[in-house]
Amino acid sequence: MSDPMEQFKVIFFEECSDLLISLEEGLMQLQAGDSDEEVVHSVFRAVHSIKGGAGAFGFDRLVSFAHIQETLLDDIRSGALEMEPAYIAVLLQAFDILSELVGAAQRGEEVADDLGSDVAKAMKAILDQTGVPMAQKDEPAPASEPEVDTDIAEKNMRLFRISFKPYEELFQRANEPILLIRELGTLGDLTVTLDVSDVPDIEEMEAEHAYFSWDFSLITEYDEAAIREVFEFVEDDCDLQITDHGVYLSPEAFVEDAQAGLFEDIEDEPDVSKTQKAVKAAKPGETVVSQSIRVELDKVDTLVNMVGELVITQAMLREQGGELLVEQYPNLVQGIEDLSRHIRDLQDCVMAIRAQPVKSVFSRMPRLIRELTATLGKKACLVMSGEETEVDKTVTERIGDPLMHMIRNSVDHGLEMPDVRAKAGKNEEGIINLSAFHRGGRIFIEIEDDGAGINKKVVLEKAIANGLVSPDANLSDEEINNLIFMPGFSTAESVTNVSGRGVGMDVVRKNIQSLGGRISIRSVEGKGSKFTMSLPLTLAVMDGMVVDIGPEKYVLPLANIIQTLRPGKEDVNSLPDGRNVMMFRGEYILLVPLYDLYHIENAIENPCEGLVVVVEGDGGVLMGFIVDDLVNQQQVVIKSLESNYALVEGVSGATILGNGRVSLIVDISTIQDMSANQSREFQSALPETNKISPQAQISSEIH
Amino acid sequence: MKKTALTIDDSKTMRDMVSFTLKNAGYDVVEAENGQLGLDKITGASFDVIITDVNMPVMDGITFTREARKRAEAKTTPILILTTESGADIKNEGRSAGATGWIVKPFNPEKLLQVVEKVCGS
Repeated sequence: MSDPMEQFKVIFFEECSDLLISLEEGLMQLQAGDSDEEVVHSVFRAVHSIKGGAGAFGFDRLVSFAHIQETLLDDIRSGALEMEPAYIAVLLQAFDILSELVGAAQRGEEVADDLGSDVAKAMKAILDQTGVPMAQKDEPAPASEPEVDTDIAEKNMRLFRISFKPYEELFQRANEPILLIRELGTLGDLTVTLDVSDVPDIEEMEAEHAYFSWDFSLITEYDEAAIREVFEFVEDDCDLQITDHGVYLSPEAFVEDAQAGLFEDIEDEPDVSKTQKAVKAAKPGETVVSQSIRVELDKVDTLVNMVGELVITQAMLREQGGELLVEQYPNLVQGIEDLSRHIRDLQDCVMAIRAQPVKSVFSRMPRLIRELTATLGKKACLVMSGEETEVDKTVTERIGDPLMHMIRNSVDHGLEMPDVRAKAGKNEEGIINLSAFHRGGRIFIEIEDDGAGINKKVVLEKAIANGLVSPDANLSDEEINNLIFMPGFSTAESVTNVSGRGVGMDVVRKNIQSLGGRISIRSVEGKGSKFTMSLPLTLAVMDGMVVDIGPEKYVLPLANIIQTLRPGKEDVNSLPDGRNVMMFRGEYILLVPLYDLYHIENAIENPCEGLVVVVEGDGGVLMGFIVDDLVNQQQVVIKSLESNYALVEGVSGATILGNGRVSLIVDISTIQDMSANQSREFQSALPETNKISPQAQISSEIH
Repeated sequence: MKKTALTIDDSKTMRDMVSFTLKNAGYDVVEAENGQLGLDKITGASFDVIITDVNMPVMDGITFTREARKRAEAKTTPILILTTESGADIKNEGRSAGATGWIVKPFNPEKLLQVVEKVCGS
């Protein structure tokens, strides 16, 4: 049997002669003034069929000429062009050319390049009158359409994840998911997971409703386009997501990759859907390039603790190793140095595991703004930046409430009503800027509004009325601004249910300080306010200043230390109640006898003989801590005293120094309260017999 | 069991080519010259796949598809539109009429089989 295509050609040319006859007849009818619609249709179809067949056999000249003719007839039959006698003349000429081209194709003859070019030009000229240039109309499909098989993108195998949820319409159009899945399977190594979670109880089930969805993992040498092609007919009738997970690694290579990525991303809250995915990923035969692993938080904390111990041991080693002579044990000294460096790197890595982007907190804010503006009738938009900034998990957990409170404040007290803003020449919509960034080993979170700013007069009056400051106090602008952080302060004329009931910014400040952070405000009346929080990157390690108080060593948080000095006799004065004050930068600051508060014996009591460490407490209040001497500045690993021993007032935690001894970290906030209340309460609360320092007590109980 | 296909086209060349290709692949093929005749063939029959041209006298392929979807016999039968138009318009028209997919001309036997198998299995 001869080539079927040759047979078809014979049939095609037979048909062409029939078609040409009916085409000519139709054109004649049109020329005679018969404008019957069906005549136009039949003329169009004749050309259309010739073109269609010609395409199958690769008669390109015939196709391209018929295409112009077909387009012109299509415009006439659709009414885009009004039939005119002149057009019929052109169409008749075109018919002649078409007949000639068919004849030439049948005989296998070449035709002159310019055959019919003038007629084609004439037809194009008519078409151009429709306003759509010919070029923009459908071009004839090229005779050699690209193969359906998409070229192999790379030799490398890639992993694709495909989620596919058919809509009802997919079934209504008689498409069949099973066939699509089978076809997908021909592309490579396919793992199919059927999701039946949407399937309702049988009573509620509707026969024509689509309930199933699928997740696929496909390891394939093809590219995404080839996968899309499988879904070509259904892409609008389903929810289709294809994600390229990159080059698929062989299991051996996978192990290395997974190890490299081990510490990249750990989330602690089990999320059901993700867990399910993890289970799927573990199926035999499917190896997945994992970007993250899930680890219980306890394990991470244990790791953090152990690294903390390692840091302490290392410090001890270093302290004792420092006594060795470099000449005597050069390698050992060098080894200790290297060890220190590696441990520091290790510590950074471990801390990074606990780090989370602040996004988790920031993401709650847009909703808050919407609710607030709706309640208050204000207009505001929230602009966020730096959401990816990472900070210790504990910080993200505990910063949420203070942050929400501050945003509330900014919208409630900061932003004006839209009409007030309009009068002040501002956009009715206020802008709240929420940003986070790293600087100098700390994370900064700023909340800036373009509202009214702090009204210093009102603030001062309120503070005086509440007895927070004396009426004759001469306060700087900054001090007035900081009054809003005082306990029991609220400027809102009436207490709104949005913010402010007197518990406000002081609580915010306390929360932030409990995280080892600080908060400050800058405000310009009429322009807006900006709150800046600075927080430590981690709560497990702190930069501390180790000080001697008598025979004991205490740690002061470096972040709070302003200056260390030895005052002259003339700078120190006694108050009638027995407390001492010291002149510092033109003001009197309270001297705090730590030796007294902690019951330490044999400590230097005279500030002029020892040293005074000036620290900043809550509300920017400065205090002078009397210490014997400074030892050194070092990073200390914070250990909770509460969980290891008992809550001790005036102490925020403990650490172990290089010499292996326990040292307590001074809680500046509590010390401030204790000394401000002028109280020897702490002292008197303890039984008389128990008047030994907490550190000595802990040491005696441990050893 | 042999699968049956219905090819609807006013062009004999096209019908022959579709028919020949599918018969070679083991199908029984029924032919119709326009949409209306196609509907007649559907009545009481059960096809595994229907391939229809768009531009036909009496009843075009889009109308045929819309009508066929109303018939119990063809409600779930894959219907493929054979079209020279590669543009999105005709595909969308076909889709909204209920077509399962489309085959873009020029006619190519391999491609025809591939698409037919895609929608009704091999």
